[in-house]
Amino acid sequence: MRIELTGIFVDDQRAALDFYTDVLGFTKRHDIPLGDNFWLTVASPEVPDGPELLLEPSDHPAARTYRAALVEDGIPLVQFAVDDVEAEHTRLTERGVVFTQPPTDIGTAVVAVFDDTCGNLVQIIAMKPEPVAAG
Amino acid sequence: MIGKRLLAYSGRMADVFRALDDETRRLVLDQLATRDGQTLFEICSILAARYDVSLTRQAVSQHLGVLEEAGLIRTERRGRSKYHYFTPEPLAEIARRWPIGQRTEP
Repeated sequence: MRIELTGIFVDDQRAALDFYTDVLGFTKRHDIPLGDNFWLTVASPEVPDGPELLLEPSDHPAARTYRAALVEDGIPLVQFAVDDVEAEHTRLTERGVVFTQPPTDIGTAVVAVFDDTCGNLVQIIAMKPEPVAAG
Repeated sequence: MIGKRLLAYSGRMADVFRALDDETRRLVLDQLATRDGQTLFEICSILAARYDVSLTRQAVSQHLGVLEEAGLIRTERRGRSKYHYFTPEPLAEIARRWPIGQRTEP
């Protein structure tokens, strides 16, 4: 079993595509009209065969309530790996992205949380290298 | 009139002492004193990562409620998220009631 696709609900699919490609730097994989909406996925250019992220319309009433409650408490819905959280924080802040949690050292990793402007919070994480055993 | 005010005052002070009578709540204040304005998620993740306190979010949320009742923290909405801020004013009341370094020598 493999994870090839996972999804998040977004307020507006076209705005979400702009944010996830232009601001975050992902690549569009699928953009197929589906009724009033689209089957819209992005992926990381760093991982050609990596999993796709589905940007799903949030027109289900339960999705709205669920996401609003998570954002209120600062809880991210998805996590992306980066090489350098501080550098991403600087880069994204310059692009106008709002962080709900600045880069924070949590021991084994550095994390930060930002608002994806589409109704979700996203955590970025850079794992610290495993300490080399002494001797 | 004065009696009522005194009663309200001592009730509030009792809340402050009760709120401080818990290690997790003291750690939350330590955290906010270090970096003010944190979401529930950030408070939980730092409690777990730095202080090895692994409580459910509901439990941490209840601790935050006690601190807010006692006037030791306040919450503010910015955008769609809610942030917690340390409001140390009730601690100043303690120092006013029992001033430090102002005792007259016998």
